[in-house]
Amino acid sequence: MPAGTGAAGKRFLQSILIPFVVLALWEGLARAGVINPLILPSPSKVVVRWWAYLKPFQSYDPAQGPYLSWLVSGELLHDAAASLFRVFVGFFIGGGLGLGLGLLMGVSNTVYRLMNPLVQILRPIPPIAFIPLAILWFGLGNPPAFFLISLGAFFPILLNTIAGVRNVDSIYVRAARNLGAKGSVMFRRVILPAAAPHILTGVRVGYGVSFIVVIVAEMIAVNSGLGYRILEAREFFWPDKIIAGMITIGIIGLGIDTLLNKLSNHLLRWHRSLESS
Amino acid sequence: MSAPQILAEAVNKVFRSPDGQEVVALRDIELAVEPGEFVCLLGPSGCGKSTLLNAIAGFSLPNSGRLVANGREVVEPGPDRAMVFQEYALFPWMTVSKNIAFGLEIKGESQDVIDKKVAELLKLLHLSEFANSFPKDLSGGMRQRVAIARVLALDSPILLMDEPFGALDALTRRNLQDEVLRIWMKFRKTILFVTHGIEESIYLADRVVVMTYRPGTVKTIVPITLSRPRDTASPEFNALKRHLTGLVMEEQRRHEEDEIRKG
Repeated sequence: MPAGTGAAGKRFLQSILIPFVVLALWEGLARAGVINPLILPSPSKVVVRWWAYLKPFQSYDPAQGPYLSWLVSGELLHDAAASLFRVFVGFFIGGGLGLGLGLLMGVSNTVYRLMNPLVQILRPIPPIAFIPLAILWFGLGNPPAFFLISLGAFFPILLNTIAGVRNVDSIYVRAARNLGAKGSVMFRRVILPAAAPHILTGVRVGYGVSFIVVIVAEMIAVNSGLGYRILEAREFFWPDKIIAGMITIGIIGLGIDTLLNKLSNHLLRWHRSLESS
Repeated sequence: MSAPQILAEAVNKVFRSPDGQEVVALRDIELAVEPGEFVCLLGPSGCGKSTLLNAIAGFSLPNSGRLVANGREVVEPGPDRAMVFQEYALFPWMTVSKNIAFGLEIKGESQDVIDKKVAELLKLLHLSEFANSFPKDLSGGMRQRVAIARVLALDSPILLMDEPFGALDALTRRNLQDEVLRIWMKFRKTILFVTHGIEESIYLADRVVVMTYRPGTVKTIVPITLSRPRDTASPEFNALKRHLTGLVMEEQRRHEEDEIRKG
């Protein structure tokens, strides 16, 4: 027993060793004046700035409203909420369309043959390259951001869904037909779950691209959100705030990816590749 | 005499191989399986025994000839010709219970009926403690028990079994062979069982249909009249084994010569 906890403790120490050394070195060099703080502020300054970014502007005043709304009135939470809102809207539009078209293209050879050339032509264009068109079509504000984020989610989910449906092992289909399954039962109970591992991979990749695109879109098309804020901080020469914003983006990205991972592991708990976990 | 449960008349099946050559998988197959009969299709790989089974199941219809099962011409797959596959073909996303219940749900049975039937089958195949397991957590033998329970749920008069125990170790195989015999006697199913196991076919079948290697035809039909349970070490059993081995090895040699010719 003590050997087990000792080994776990050792692994934990190993995992934090390098980040700790990097931070200590960074802090030391910054304090010694080796690095210009306008280029790279010390980690402690970033933490202080991050806290200032997170906490409410004004001190609590009951006349202004309830405590909870004061607690979340800080700039960071507003920015994070704005970015997350855009990601969710864009992801659901793009992901929904990608899933729907992907299922159609996967099930029907005719739809596949009709749509595949267009998909193949548009697929390699990075969503970022659509920014000028998006602004031309939708102006500034949320609509172009939604459009770009949708595009980011659309293709990974579309392509993975097609692959998932087209690669369903024919033995499942044969067994289901033998048991009398047809039409919608075959689709819902056999094709869809058999394709689920691919589709969920698409969801995770699509979410990742959406999250990249939202930051870029906010730098260009809107004036709120985490992407907008770190660009704004550059204009004011606030590198500590830039880094505070970047860290926030990282934490949120990791958080959502962890949630998606957990969701996917739960939905695929039957899957062979999860046998050991 | 009553009408056969399965009837094949002048059945022909031709495949086109990837290099464009025609392969005659089945030629002029004539076979009648009586209700309640246990028939094994025996032969080397490439003799068309699985092709014939798949045709009867309705997965891949013959090019010419007639296939009749349960008094109806075979035109598509259906639950009246329940099939057990070598690869188990369990749905990995469904628990053991759900796999067994699936056919009943498609039929539109009420939940009460389904629950009762599933519980019975779990018990019959000694699977009760695995009711809520996923297939990935079961051994090969257990998976094949689930596959058997799943087709028994359909109450199909015919069971088609495509080398169901080919991937199992010898002891598990013997165990499941006895299980199938028990089920066959209990429910009076008509079973068509594909195998390349000579001993397996003698142990199980009322009649062994030996098939030829390309084109697949019925070489000969050997009735097995030994009383059950059969003693695999008895002189009669071994005489049959010697006889059938001779027949099958002739075809196996043709198969190997063909492989060598193809390089």
